[in-house]
Amino acid sequence: MSKHRINWYKYAAPANFYPLAGKMIPVFAIPAAILFVVGLYVGFFVAPTDAVQGESYRILFIHVPAAWMGMFLYVLMAVYAGIGWAFNARLASMMATAIATTGAIFTFISLVTGSLWGRPAWGVWWVWDARLTSTLILLFLYIGFISLQSSIDDWRRADRAGAVLALVGVVNVPIIYFSVQWWNSLHQGATITKSSFKMAPSMAAAMLILLGACWLYSIAVVLVRVRYIIREREQEAPWLAEATA
Amino acid sequence: MNLIRYFATDRYAVYVWGSYSVTFVLLAGELFMLWKRKRKIAGRDNPGLDDRESQFETSLQESQ
Repeated sequence: MSKHRINWYKYAAPANFYPLAGKMIPVFAIPAAILFVVGLYVGFFVAPTDAVQGESYRILFIHVPAAWMGMFLYVLMAVYAGIGWAFNARLASMMATAIATTGAIFTFISLVTGSLWGRPAWGVWWVWDARLTSTLILLFLYIGFISLQSSIDDWRRADRAGAVLALVGVVNVPIIYFSVQWWNSLHQGATITKSSFKMAPSMAAAMLILLGACWLYSIAVVLVRVRYIIREREQEAPWLAEATA
Repeated sequence: MNLIRYFATDRYAVYVWGSYSVTFVLLAGELFMLWKRKRKIAGRDNPGLDDRESQFETSLQESQ
């Protein structure tokens, strides 16, 4: 075991986190770009044509990762918002704010790509199905969180109000996930479960590589955004003048 | 798969390309908004920056 332990609490302070985040951005951004290229190559040139759905199934390589990201990021946002609220941790609240926009974009992508997949597969652009409706509610929760925070001038009050909405809304995430089991749904069940991959290995590889790319992209973008939020909120702090000089 | 042939003939092409186009336009849009925010913050922290940039552009145009 190493004698030198990292004091992680040190990085809860914006002054210490700001330079660390700056160093970490390329660590996530460069592999994200590489994985996007590799994932698209595997998805379009290696994965075979689906026997039932033809070429339209290739939409799922981006639809499924986007849908997962929308849910994961919401839970992460709620956890950060809750920590920020409970412990009065400024950086945690800033992280929640930074995650919201990226989460909303991925949720919107999942709805649009789902609709574009649904038209050839189901014959309709949209149905008021439990999975689709609960995902639409997730998008509204993101928009509500962003709008609520933007409408309050005082950062502390904005963070607290946003935390309440984020924590109440987190109940929607298990509803999205289990909706296909709890209700009769037009939407198909889980594609990848603990016991089985219901697809060819190259298809699963394309989806998982693009999921990795989406994760790395999200981390890089959130780190960039949280640095801007720190600069906006802590503009009077002396350490910031030194860090940005 | 021959991408060009697929793009031209497959009846699902518009849905597949539409999905990937929307995805990458939105992600590129997010990066663009972050770049704009960076410019705004840089302008606030260095009020003379925009002036210096515009002076540089003016001198560049004059030299041409």
